[in-house]
Amino acid sequence: MEGLISLAVKAIFVENLALSFFLGMCTFIAVSKKISTAIGLGISVMIVQSITVPANNIILSYLLKPGALAWAGFPDIDLTFLGLISYIGVIAALVQILEMILDKYFPPLYNALGIFLPLITVNCAILGGSLFMVERDYNFSEATTYGIASGFGWALAIATMAGVREKLKYSDIPDGLQGLGITFITAGLMAMAFMCFSGVKL
Amino acid sequence: MSQTRKQLLTDPLVDNNPITLQVLGICSALAVTSSLNVAFVMSLAVIAVCGFSSLFISFLRHYIPNSIRIIVQMVIIASLVILVDQIIKAYAYEISKTLSVFVGLIITNCIVMGRAEAFAMKNKPFESFVDGVGNGLGYSLLLMSVGVVRELFGSGSLFGIMIFEPVSNGGWYVPNGLLLLPPSAFFIIGFIIWGVRTWKKSQVEAREYKIQTLEEH
Repeated sequence: MEGLISLAVKAIFVENLALSFFLGMCTFIAVSKKISTAIGLGISVMIVQSITVPANNIILSYLLKPGALAWAGFPDIDLTFLGLISYIGVIAALVQILEMILDKYFPPLYNALGIFLPLITVNCAILGGSLFMVERDYNFSEATTYGIASGFGWALAIATMAGVREKLKYSDIPDGLQGLGITFITAGLMAMAFMCFSGVKL
Repeated sequence: MSQTRKQLLTDPLVDNNPITLQVLGICSALAVTSSLNVAFVMSLAVIAVCGFSSLFISFLRHYIPNSIRIIVQMVIIASLVILVDQIIKAYAYEISKTLSVFVGLIITNCIVMGRAEAFAMKNKPFESFVDGVGNGLGYSLLLMSVGVVRELFGSGSLFGIMIFEPVSNGGWYVPNGLLLLPPSAFFIIGFIIWGVRTWKKSQVEAREYKIQTLEEH
């Protein structure tokens, strides 16, 4: 249990997906103009992330890993090279299913998140989370914790970024730096602030 | 015709750079630039994937049903990325370790997807290939310039060859450790964008609010 908590804290602060691995930067920069939309997107990423990482973990350990197909009578098969294509397939399919379920059973939530869901399929943070899970060899409970925590970390980063940008638009910025340029520099400063957490030993 | 093809190749370098203007594919641009070797391999990978995915998608453009085109594009791109990933693992294992998940993330790199969607679905195969390679080159140009700054000033070397002898080896240069850390990539890209937009005024974004000066008041 203690291990899982420290994993969660590490995924949220120390190894924040957006600010120390730069994942999901395209949406991070593009959708962080207003706090309300940023929070909406952040929550959707969190939901999708906490479903896809464990789902991909199951696929990895029961279908792809060397020896994973032993239950089907093929103990010598190694399908890890199919990893990338299966993870992205799972993500695309899950996002689609989630969209349908939300549409049917939770219409208000669907209306709030609807426009962001298709965007999430191509969000690197989601695929990145699954790939980190594979690289670090997490088991199922670790993968679930990592999924939830890393999604939360991303949501936290985009929400704070949107807060900064809402104030920033009133400031007097040199012409060439307007918009994209200053956003990058702000993100850099935020990343530096998040680096303070890297000293935290758990 | 050759004129337009040349334009397709050179336009994305500065005038329509995928990173500084279209805000696409930034994730990997930031993460893999702390050493030039890695940035170089990553650039080659993106150029290859971007060019060939545009080529194949363009070959298939009349056969892909509109409603499932995203999935089809994704499958083509993912297969190409798997190929590239296996090749890098076979010939440059050390670098593949440093690149870790970022080769896989070429799948979700918006440049590849964006070119497939915006250009390859509507144009002939050869033009699409050139366009894909051009955008890959635009991406590489930015990646390499960030890489040069970060490696030269962060560890005093280029491609692993010592240029500035660091103090720890008895030389004179005190390496700026910040440049090897993640935040510096944000700053460098921010400043590059500033530079490019000061040079090419047309890329400047409009202000949302105008600061009122005393005279106007």
